[in-house]
Amino acid sequence: MKVTAQDVKYIAQLSRLIVPEADLEKSTEEFNQILNYADILQKIDTTGIEPTPYVLPISNALRKDVAKEGVTHEEALLNAPEVYNDGFKVPRVIE
Amino acid sequence: MKLYELTAHELHDKLMGREISSVELTNALYERIDEVEDKVNAYVTLDKENALAQAAKVDAKIAKGESISVLAGIPGGIKDNISTKGLRTTCSSKMLGNFIPIYDAHVIERLRADETIFLGKTNMDEFAMGSTTESSYFGVTRNPWNLERVPGGSSGGSAAAIAAGEAIWTLGSDTGGSIRQPASFNGCVGIKPTYGRVSRYGCVAFASSLDQIGPITKDVTDAAIVLNSICGKDEQDSTSLNVEVPDFTKALVQNVKGLRIGLPKEYFGEGIDPRVKSEVEKAVKKYEELGAAIVEVSLPHTEYAVITYYIIAPAEASANLARYDGVRYGYRNLEAKSAAEMVTLSRTEGFGAEVRRRIMLGTYVLSSGYYDAYYNKAMKVRTLIRRDFEEAFQKCDLLLTPTSPVVAYPIDGKMDPLSIYMLDVTTIPVNMAGLPGISIPCGFVDGLPVGMQLIGKVLDEATILRAAYTFEQATGYHKVFAPLGGKHND
Repeated sequence: MKVTAQDVKYIAQLSRLIVPEADLEKSTEEFNQILNYADILQKIDTTGIEPTPYVLPISNALRKDVAKEGVTHEEALLNAPEVYNDGFKVPRVIE
Repeated sequence: MKLYELTAHELHDKLMGREISSVELTNALYERIDEVEDKVNAYVTLDKENALAQAAKVDAKIAKGESISVLAGIPGGIKDNISTKGLRTTCSSKMLGNFIPIYDAHVIERLRADETIFLGKTNMDEFAMGSTTESSYFGVTRNPWNLERVPGGSSGGSAAAIAAGEAIWTLGSDTGGSIRQPASFNGCVGIKPTYGRVSRYGCVAFASSLDQIGPITKDVTDAAIVLNSICGKDEQDSTSLNVEVPDFTKALVQNVKGLRIGLPKEYFGEGIDPRVKSEVEKAVKKYEELGAAIVEVSLPHTEYAVITYYIIAPAEASANLARYDGVRYGYRNLEAKSAAEMVTLSRTEGFGAEVRRRIMLGTYVLSSGYYDAYYNKAMKVRTLIRRDFEEAFQKCDLLLTPTSPVVAYPIDGKMDPLSIYMLDVTTIPVNMAGLPGISIPCGFVDGLPVGMQLIGKVLDEATILRAAYTFEQATGYHKVFAPLGGKHND
């Protein structure tokens, strides 16, 4: 077993998610099923092989440093779940 | 022949010949949607008012004798992960259930410039994570060939809309097969261009090193026409390629003489439904008759592609989906007592099970202590998968494989996640290597369409379009409509 129910709870916490107690066993099982299958990768010798994060050899896509019009205040707030004083409202952060 | 059964290029001729108007055509499509949408559920949102206003503009241009593009006035559907300014874009998620984009995706800007019509936004697996469209918050899309079967995914709505006659063309997005596999399950043509051909600006990010937008259409000609509209350099996407875009319709040549078609033996082995294999082998024979040379090749790292993908894609997704925190847009839990609790509850309630599963898997493989064993290892294996293709292309000009090892399967949710993931084995490697791939219909099993996939070299969409066009013209599978989609019902 690669991960325990306790580990899955911790991974959920890192992901800012909650796994309900009732689903914990099944989630742990599915997690382990996938991670066990990943063991086949260990069969491959990758010594000296460069990783491929992106397939194409593009780097530093730059444009001229010219100011462009950005998003307006109204547009920025258009989809806000809660607005207060022309800003995004969130529950209290510091007690 | 109903208008919704025709292709974009056929309808363009009718518009130019003043046989029909774009308003008439657009109304005909909405009538068709009214007729079948309760069975198919291909759309999340419709936009009739704006569509008809746009159609009227095109009609006015035609009346004045002004020149228009081939796609002008032709109604299509847009996958709901592609931003449309002012029109709800949900990714089929509760998280974005009320989200109204403040800008257009680059592909939408281009299609607007071509004065095409947007009927609405098509259904998909939530955040494009899935192969069945069952994970949509807005309900499953049903396959027009058999309503008890899945339409594939994640662009299931885009493909089902074509098969059911609910759109003339659609856009999908393809991260591990999400254009090609649903095209295959619905008897459509679907092409994933070379990574970097089409700007991803405004396509809601899933796995940024793999995502690519492309068309789903009734025939290869329409695929080339839509590609012509959406391809090209865009400053707003740093991975957009600054290369010349050919006129893809010039590639539609009915001739494969001398083309070397490679058959990767790993794609015809264990795990593939023998009936699917047999249909694809018939297509191979057809190509031989048409003068192509068939060569066997090997892509030895194929068996590692699925797990490599299911490490890399969730890793990228976990980072991309970190932005959904309920603060600036998207779903928010309004009862939370603190900001931290608000973020966690909003994400837990806003995302569906498959999305949560992949975020967690991605978080795990990127976490300290596991990064090297999983993520870094997978990126190295990705290099080997890429090299397999480079070597194979020494011996051939394109590759031919089944698009999926199976035909559309029942909607019953009985398969576990890993078994569903394994079925992506034929499409995933193409994304890993950034290559262009097209799926075209090549037969039937139990009345359900079988698709074959043609894979090209980097930036060589032209060769796979040519081979696809030649097969299509020689066979005519694209002219068979789904039981819902026209002929059989009339």
